[in-house]
Amino acid sequence: MSKFLSSAAVAVVMMAGLSAAHAADVKEVQMLHWWTSGGEAAALNVLKQDLSKEGFAWKDVPVAGGGGDAAMTALKAMVAAGTYPTASQMLGYTVLDYAQAGVMGDLTETAKKEGWDKSVPAALQKFSVYDGKWVAAPVNVHSVNWLWINKAVMDKIGGTQPKTFDELIALLDKAKAAGVIPLALGGQNWQEATMFDSIVLSTGGPEFYKKAFNDLDEESLKSDTMKKSFDNLATIIKYVDPNFSGRDWNLATAMVIKGDALVQVMGDWAKGEFVAAKKTPDTDFLCYRFPGTDGSVVYNSDMFGMFNVPDDRKAAQVALATATLSKSFQSAFNVVKGSVPARTDVPDTDFDACGKKGIADLKAANEGGTLFGSLAQGYGAPPAIANAYKDVVSKFVHGQIKTSDEAVKQLVQAIDDAR
Amino acid sequence: MSTVATTDPVLTPRQSTGISLRGRLQDALPKIVLAPSFVITIIFVYGFIVWTAYLSFTNSKTFPSYALTGPRAYQRLWRWTFESDPPSSWYTSITNMAIFGFLYIGICLALGLFLAILLDQKIRGESVLRPIFLYPMALSFIVTGVAWKWFLDPGLGLEQTLHHFGWTSFHFDWIKNKDFVIYTVVIAGVWQASGFVMAMFLAGLRGIDGEIMKAAQIDGASSFQLYRRIVIPLLRPIFLSAFIVLAHMAIKSYDLVVALTSGGPGGSAWLPSNFMYEYTFKRNEMAVGSASAIIMLMTISAIIVPYLYSELKEKAR
Repeated sequence: MSKFLSSAAVAVVMMAGLSAAHAADVKEVQMLHWWTSGGEAAALNVLKQDLSKEGFAWKDVPVAGGGGDAAMTALKAMVAAGTYPTASQMLGYTVLDYAQAGVMGDLTETAKKEGWDKSVPAALQKFSVYDGKWVAAPVNVHSVNWLWINKAVMDKIGGTQPKTFDELIALLDKAKAAGVIPLALGGQNWQEATMFDSIVLSTGGPEFYKKAFNDLDEESLKSDTMKKSFDNLATIIKYVDPNFSGRDWNLATAMVIKGDALVQVMGDWAKGEFVAAKKTPDTDFLCYRFPGTDGSVVYNSDMFGMFNVPDDRKAAQVALATATLSKSFQSAFNVVKGSVPARTDVPDTDFDACGKKGIADLKAANEGGTLFGSLAQGYGAPPAIANAYKDVVSKFVHGQIKTSDEAVKQLVQAIDDAR
Repeated sequence: MSTVATTDPVLTPRQSTGISLRGRLQDALPKIVLAPSFVITIIFVYGFIVWTAYLSFTNSKTFPSYALTGPRAYQRLWRWTFESDPPSSWYTSITNMAIFGFLYIGICLALGLFLAILLDQKIRGESVLRPIFLYPMALSFIVTGVAWKWFLDPGLGLEQTLHHFGWTSFHFDWIKNKDFVIYTVVIAGVWQASGFVMAMFLAGLRGIDGEIMKAAQIDGASSFQLYRRIVIPLLRPIFLSAFIVLAHMAIKSYDLVVALTSGGPGGSAWLPSNFMYEYTFKRNEMAVGSASAIIMLMTISAIIVPYLYSELKEKAR
C-alpha cells in the first residue's frame, strides 16, 4: 500500500513538473507544422533565425506527413485539450473552422501597424481575416498547376514544352518509348487530387474551374466537361509506374531529380526539393505551367494560424507574425521553399527563373481574376468537401470507380453528403 | 492472536457488531481499492460510449456540437452500406472487415493448432522453437506493418530480390493492388498472431490428462482419431479464449492497416476502425464517425454476446 502511495505521489509531482515547464516559457514560440522534408525544413530555418535574433526561442512541434492530415489531427487534440500552440501551419478553410470555434487570437493591431490590408492579396485575406479580425499570417502563395521536368531526360528524348494536354500525352509517350518512367506520382489521395485540379483547369478553362471547384455548382460538377476531365485523368494515369501507390510526394520529386522519371505534376513546393538538391532551373530542370492553364493560377497558401494564447505569450506571437510578414523573410523564405511571397510588394530580385515566373503569374492572375483556390489543398471548399473530393479522385485513380460517368455521379453525391 | 480472531471471516452476527475499526477497514478494503478503477471505467468506457452515441445524432463536424439533428449520420451509413456500386468507403470497410476477420481468425486458429500439435510430439529443441514462433507477438503491429510493407513492396522486397536472383517472371504486387491488398493485411496479421495461438493450444494440450490418451491408444485409436475425437474436443475452452482474443484483435486492427498499406490504393484496405478515425478526425465529420463507431459496437455485441452467453450457460450447467 505504501509503495502504491509513494508511486502515486511521484506521478503527481511529475505531472506538476510537466505543467510548470509548459507554462514557464513565455519567450518561446511553439509552432506546429508538417514541414519535415528537406526543402521545407530549410525554409523554416530562416524564420527560426529571424526570431532568435529578437530573443525568442523556437519550439518545433513537427508532425510528418505531406498533406498535413496527421498534423491537423494533432492540432485538434491540442486545441480540444486547451493547450494551444502559439501558431500552427494551416490551410484555408481550416483557419476559418477554428476561428468559428473561437480559439483563434486577434492580430488586427499588428496588421494595421504593418499595413497587411494593402499588401496581402484579397484572395488570401478571405482566409486570414475572420469577422474583421486578422487570425492568421499568410506565409506564401503556392500554385498548384505546374509541371516539373528533368532537363537532361527532356533533352535525351528531344521533347519541347507541351502547350496542350495532347502534346503532354505525346511527350509522355516519347519518354515511355525511351524507357524512362514518364510521370512521377505518389499514390496518396491529395497528390492525385492536386494533379486533377490542374487537369480540370486545363480541360474546362478558368470559368469552369471556378464554378465547379470554388462555387461547387452542381450543374458544372456533373457536366460533360467534368466527365472529360476524368477521362483525361484516366489517360494520364497510364504513364505512372506501377509501384506508385502510397509514395510520398518528395520521393516522386526525387525520381524526377535523379532522372528516373521525366515529369511530375505538383505544386511549386516541389521546387524546394530541386533547390535543396542544388539544381538550377533551365539548366537542370524546367518549370512549365500545366498545359492549357497558362494565365491562371490555382493557389493555396500556407498560413500560420495564430491561437488565442494567454497574454504573457502574446509578445512572442506578435513577434512571430511580424517576422512572418516582413519583406525580408517573405523573400528569403520563399526563395528556399519554392513558393512566392504572400504580399505583392516584395521585389523578385533574389528569385530564380521559376520564382520570377511565379511572382509575375500571381500578379497577373490576381489582377485578371484568374486566381482560384485549389480544392485539393483546402482552398476551394471546407475540409469535409475537399476530403470527399480527394476520396473520389483517388478511388478513380486506383480503379474502384471505373468510368467517368460513375466518377461524376459519386463526386456530386459525395460533395452533397459533405455539405 | 486475538486480533487474528476478530478478523476471522466466519463470525457470528452478534460478534461482528463489536468489530474493531481495523476489521471494518479490512472488510471494506477491496471496495475502496476497486472504487477508483470502477469509477474510471464507468466514465471512460461506458460514459464515452453514451457520449459517442449522443454525438452520432448531432451535426458535429470539426468539433462536437450538442444540438440533436436526428439520425442523418445513420441514414448516410445505411445508404453507403447498400450502395455498393461503385463501392463507398464504408462498404469497402465492412466487406474488408468480413474478409479480414474470417481469414485472420480462421487461419490463426488452424495454423496455431497445427503448430501446437507438431510441437507436442516431444521433438528435440522444443524450447528453442517455441519462443521463435511466439516472439512475433512481442512486436507492435506498427513494426509488423512496416517490416511486411518493405518485404511485400514490389520495388524493394520479395519481388525485387527474386528478380535479382534471376527469376524475372515472378510477380507479386498484392500490396499495391486494390483487390488483394486486404489479403496482405491478413498475411501480416496471421504471421504475428498464430504463434501466440500456438502457445495457447500447446498449454491446453499439455493440460490434457495423459491417462485418457493412453486409454484411447490401448483401445486402438489411431493418432488422427485420437486428435479428432478426443484432443480437439477437449480443447474447446482454449478455442473460445483464442477466438475472443483474436476477434477483438481483428476488430481493433487499425495500426496494421496504416503501417502496412497507409490505407491501401484509394482507401481499399480500410477497416471500419480506419473509417471511424478518418471521418472523425481527418474529415471533420464527427457525427458520421460516431455513428460508425456505434454500428461497430452493436455488430460486435450481436456476435459476441450470444456466443459468450451460450458458452457460459453450458459451463454453469
